[in-house]
Order: sequence, then structure tokens, then C-alpha cells
Amino acid sequence: MTATLLLATIVKILIMVMFVLNLAAILTWADRRQSSMIQDRVGPNRAVIKIFGKELRLAGLLHPLADGLKFFTKEDFMPPNADRLLFTLAPIMAMGMVFTLVATIPFGDTICLHQFRLFPDFWHVHTGPHGELLDGVERWGTCAADSRNGYAPLELVVAPLGVGILYVFAMSGQGIIGAAIAGWSSDNKFSLMGALRAASQMVSYEVTLGMSLVGAMMIYGTVRLDDMVRWQQEHAWGIFVQPLAFFLFFAAAVAENKRIPFDLPEAESELVSGYFTEYAGMKFGMFYFAEYAEVVTGSMLLVTIFLGGWALPFFHRDGLLVQFGDTTLLRVAIPHVFVTLLGVLAFFGKVIVVCWIQVFVRWSLPRFRYDQLMKLGWRLLLPASLANILVTGVVWLAVDKAGSAASDGLRIAADVTQAVVAMAMTYLIGRGVVGMFGTVTHERNIIGTSAGIAARRGGTKTEPMQA
Amino acid sequence: MQSPWLSVLSFLVVSTLVGLGMIGAGRVLRVRARHDSPLKVRPYECGEEPTGPAWMQFHPRYYLVALVFVLFDVEAVFLLPWGVVQRELGPAGVGAALVFVAVLMLGWLYAVRKEALKWQ
Repeated sequence: MTATLLLATIVKILIMVMFVLNLAAILTWADRRQSSMIQDRVGPNRAVIKIFGKELRLAGLLHPLADGLKFFTKEDFMPPNADRLLFTLAPIMAMGMVFTLVATIPFGDTICLHQFRLFPDFWHVHTGPHGELLDGVERWGTCAADSRNGYAPLELVVAPLGVGILYVFAMSGQGIIGAAIAGWSSDNKFSLMGALRAASQMVSYEVTLGMSLVGAMMIYGTVRLDDMVRWQQEHAWGIFVQPLAFFLFFAAAVAENKRIPFDLPEAESELVSGYFTEYAGMKFGMFYFAEYAEVVTGSMLLVTIFLGGWALPFFHRDGLLVQFGDTTLLRVAIPHVFVTLLGVLAFFGKVIVVCWIQVFVRWSLPRFRYDQLMKLGWRLLLPASLANILVTGVVWLAVDKAGSAASDGLRIAADVTQAVVAMAMTYLIGRGVVGMFGTVTHERNIIGTSAGIAARRGGTKTEPMQA
Repeated sequence: MQSPWLSVLSFLVVSTLVGLGMIGAGRVLRVRARHDSPLKVRPYECGEEPTGPAWMQFHPRYYLVALVFVLFDVEAVFLLPWGVVQRELGPAGVGAALVFVAVLMLGWLYAVRKEALKWQ
């Protein structure tokens, strides 16, 4: 039993670490590819691999591989006056903390292993008169602890910590230390300035990051991340119950990742590359990589807390159930293990979509000035997050006092939000599929927003732009 | 049942080992320059002669931000447990939090009026 648990833990760690590593590598490609699309360029396409005389370019997907190889073979330069220990420690800390953060993020619902059967009745579902599962899998909650059925739950999270989100805060706060000691130990003025900016900025947005989640915690009534997802599965996604907190958290998370528009600590036009100016070779690669890994973990947190984690609209532990209030429209029983695996895919899919949104944000916005950054953080986001907490508390009290009529209405409203999400997802997936198989037309026109506004006012050139 | 903190510990060990391994592999595979020219080892300042040490004095406003951060982070420490149990506390709990946040917002207002949060 212990050996099985150990094996399961190792497999879970591998799934999470591999996902973060690979997605971070692919994101370095997606970042460049997205930038080239936005700027109407071809983008990375020079890395070539020759197989049987055929040149494979794979739309530039080989570039991350080439980057990795290059990082290993570059000279590992260290400034002679640098603090040797701290200089080496900084990239390890920057990267290690990102990965440790991943440990507590649940990527799927608890699988009740005792419900998993192989042949002969793999697909068979025991259903009752109303279509409910008679498998001992409850619609809400976790596995039924029953000594007769060989109770064996498999939690799809590496470390199901009781402190949940507090651990996430503790670990994400360590990111500051990596940046700060990197700049401090480099013996370079650009690095020191970058480190100061990084520390000051991350510290400013850390508060908003924490405060925006208090409102969500009040609604969910828990600090455990998996319980938060269960609440969202049962009611409505966090983005609907805490819309302001969602945007605050998103802004603060981008600021914590030090990406455009918050990339002051490594502003190329001001500080060369900020706190890792003196880094070269693999150590620079680790900082570069940690940035993308942070994007992935930030997206994971955003998905878990506000976008329903592994939850899909109307999918429950015992199958598909479309229900508005007490009116049931559709009920399909699906074996529990399949629903759970579908949820795992949904979680990773959502993470990829949020990562892409972050890449899109990066190439759409200009950089802030430092005083604008501080003003936004301290004078707008912080009071907004505090107001969010108080409003949430008062509204919660009002709903609590209003009685059953209000709670019935809220239940239907929650089901409607699930329907909205379901329709939006269907539309997006449909559009994606149609877009994949449709013909691609390259129109080389000025299509940016500002150009469009200018064109409507009748004051810009309208001929096609030359590439 | 094993403790979940064991998994966290293993994760910490794995991530540290990955970091050390990457640096180690870079150290084994690296190219080494035969001669370090004096220009190469100089701190990079866009080609300018560096003047003075890199560990220079910097503006005290960074300390100011850190001080205000400590204030509000401690506030978060108190608000996080309150957020979890506030449905059991009821109206009295929300009232207490209102007063608590109001006092801190007075401090925030003071900091804003004193221009401690303004980046001159």
C-alpha cells in the first residue's frame, strides 16, 4: 500500500513538473510567434532539422530546443567581484520556488479507485430509477469511505495541504528573494537597480495578490484549493462571484511575474536586462525559464481559483446533469473515472488558454513608468481589493438574511452562469476547429485599433502595408 | 497515510536538484575562454568606464515602500483567517472587520497625504 502511494506520488510529481517544464518551453516559442503575428512578421523559422534529406522547420518549434542547447554550451561567465555563492544560488532559488509552488495545485478531482473496474463491465454504469449512479460515488464531496468496497481514493494533487493557499503565498513571496540577491550579488549598477525595482514592485503587488483572494476565500469558505474547485463545480465559477477580484488577481499576478506591462525590473531600454544583466549561459537560461514557468504557475492558480479548475459546466462526479434550479433537462450517467480524466484535460486546457492570454497581453501593451506602476498598485488596486472584501462581506450577510427565496434565485443564476460558460466554450472550440480547417487568407492591411480609429476619422494611409 | 508535507519536501529536493543539475551540466559543457581580457571582466555599463563600486547608495523611497508593505501584509495576515470563518461570525464579524479595515485605511490615507506612496 505504501509502495503504491509512493509510486502514485512520483507519477503525480512527474506529471506536474513535466507539464510546467514543457509548457514553459513551448511558451518561449509561443511568445515569439505571437509577437511576430501581432507585428505582422514571419517570426522564428530558422531552426531546421534534416530528416531523410527533408528540411523540417515545424513553424519554429525547434527554437526552444536550439535555445536549450545553446544555454548549455555558452561560457559560464561570473564577474570577478561578484559574490560567488549568492550569484550561483539566485537562479536556483528563482526556479526552485516556482516548481515548489506547483505541489499544492490540484489538477483533477479525487479518483475513487475502488470504483474503477477493468473487464468485463468497463463501460457498464449501475444506474437507479432516476438515472443516478449506484456506484457509491456521490455527486458532491469525495469518495465514500466504506470498508466494504476497499476504500482507495487517489487525490490528483501532489500535496493536499490543509493550508492550501497560504502555502502558495509563502512560496510566491520567495520569488522576490531570487531577484533581489541576483541583482545584489552581480557587482553591477544595472543589476542593483533592477533588483531594487523588482523587490519594490513585487512587494507592492504582493499585498493586492493576497487581498484579492480574501474575497474569494470568504465565498468559498475554505483555504484548500481543491475545496475551492468543488465549490465552483457545485455553484458558479469564481469569475462570476468575484469579478473584481479576478481582474485584481490577474493584474497582480502579471506584475509578480515581471512581464510587460510590468517589466520595469528588466526594462531593456533602461536597465539592459535588469537584475540578470551579468548572467550568462545556463544561469541566464534558468532565469529566462523561471519567468515562463511563473507564467504557467500563475495561470494554474488563476484557473484553480477563478476559472473552475478541473470543473466543466454541468459535469459532475457521476456524469452529465443539465439542471436549472429544480428543472432537470438532461441526465447522462458517465463512469466516474472518465469524468475525472476529462476534468484533468479541462484543467490543462484552461491553463494553456490563460497562458496564451498572458502572452497576448504582453505583446499588446506598452510598459508603465515606475511612478505609474506605484500609483496603480498602491492607490488603485489596494483600495479596490479592500473594498471588494467589505462589499463581499456585506452582500454575503444580506443574502444570508434574505431567506430561501433569494437563495433559490441565486441557485438558478448560478446554473445560468454554468450554461453561459458551456455555450462560450462550445463556441470557442467550434471556432477553433473551423479556423483550423478553413482556408487562411493573409490580408496585409493596417488592422490595429489605433489605425482603425484614425482611418475612421479619415486621416491615415489606407494602402496595404509592405512587409 | 503519508504526510502531504513529505511530498512538498520531495518537491523541494527535486526542484533544487534540477537547478543544481542544470548549473552542473552547464559547467561541464561550457566553453572556456583562454584569456580573460580586462574589458570582458569589467562590470557591464554599456561601454562606459565604471565609476565607484556597484553597491552604491540608493534612494530611501525603496525603504518607504517596504515599510508600507509590512503594514499591509500584516493586515492581510489578520484578514486571511477572518475570511475563512466569517460566515460563522455573522454580522458582528463583518462589523469588526469593517472597523479594522477602516483604521488601516486611515493609515493608508495618511500615507497618501504625506506622499509616502508617491514616486517623485
